[in-house]
Amino acid sequence: MAPKLDPHVGRYLRLEIEGVPHRLYFEEAGQGIPLVCLHTAGADGRQYRHLMADPEITSRFRVLAFDMPWHGKSTPPDGWEKTEYRLTTASYTAAIRAFCSAMELDKPVVMGCSIGGRIVLNLAIAHAREFRALIGMEAADFQQPWYDTAWLHRPDVHGGEVCAALVSGLVAPQSPSVSRHETLWMYMQGGPGIFKGDLYFYRVDGDLREKVKAIDTSVCPLYLLTGEYDFSCTPEDTLRTAAQIPGVEARIMEHVGHFPMSEHPEKFREYILPVLDKIASGA
Amino acid sequence: MTPATSAADRFARLPELLAADDDLRRRGRWACVDCRIDIGAEPFFLSIVDGALTGFERGPRLMKGTAFTVRATEEAWTRHWAPVPDPGWHDLFALTKRGVASMEGDFRPLLQHLQYFKDLLALPRRSAAG
Repeated sequence: MAPKLDPHVGRYLRLEIEGVPHRLYFEEAGQGIPLVCLHTAGADGRQYRHLMADPEITSRFRVLAFDMPWHGKSTPPDGWEKTEYRLTTASYTAAIRAFCSAMELDKPVVMGCSIGGRIVLNLAIAHAREFRALIGMEAADFQQPWYDTAWLHRPDVHGGEVCAALVSGLVAPQSPSVSRHETLWMYMQGGPGIFKGDLYFYRVDGDLREKVKAIDTSVCPLYLLTGEYDFSCTPEDTLRTAAQIPGVEARIMEHVGHFPMSEHPEKFREYILPVLDKIASGA
Repeated sequence: MTPATSAADRFARLPELLAADDDLRRRGRWACVDCRIDIGAEPFFLSIVDGALTGFERGPRLMKGTAFTVRATEEAWTRHWAPVPDPGWHDLFALTKRGVASMEGDFRPLLQHLQYFKDLLALPRRSAAG
């Protein structure tokens, strides 16, 4: 019997990010318009595995998802043991642009979720001409914190389990149990302090209030999709952000939380396909 | 007409709900702590050993110490325990963010066993409101 193989393949890419050599792991599937997918804080590119297995998408898009430095199967930079990981707007933006450049992607679409959604807004502010379109899921210019991140990395609390338990409430109750727990599993597997380090960008360094007004959607179309059960980036946060950006298309997704692509792939499909259709048709 | 079951009455069934959930007790098997849960104005005192309830007292107790307290309004618990809770009412931290619940005391045992406690406090969802 022939082996049952998923359609996507994984490889390691050597590149420099802000002058530092990195070895990034990425997966890809499909052919056509490059679609770079950014995972949520403390997770990795596996969140997009359903998208990469969807022929309706991969027949038109080359879907790529890389594990951010320090995440998933990407190797942390040499000397990582001497530093405390902290993601910043500059380092995150640099990593995305370095990946797209090293892979020689021609005006890719970038789609990101959560911190990936926030950084997509920064790409729209500062680098719009490099991209064909931008999609921010669970994205807003700012969100109110709802817990103390100091609990994410300390010796008397299991980091993976507390990260997963905290974000478990961001999954919609309608999401299939299998997908919910696969999503949480990725949080349990993060390196020590990595989720916390990502949230430094989210909470301290990445405040885009006022800055989003500079986004020009005539240069690069911007789409925002937020799940109704996301109380971290609420629908109100996204709609408030969208109200400041002429030409943006914002939609609230029913029965979905903070991890649409991995917590409820079938439901997410209903919302992402029309967006990808528009991008593919050049509308 | 039968009067609707109060949120506190629903929570009072916690011992039998937990006793019936082998998986939750398995997942909480390292949890040993005394805590207080307020359902509206009504306090409950829980003693947990190895994930099982060894003590469960309803109503005020003078000078009874606990590691931590979780409080929420009657409406918050009732909506949290809806078969499919509405957005913003579906998680303990969603309740605290909207200002209808609070947590205080020693957060360490709570955070060490966070999924267990979230699931424990959601158990009344399985029992229908009257």
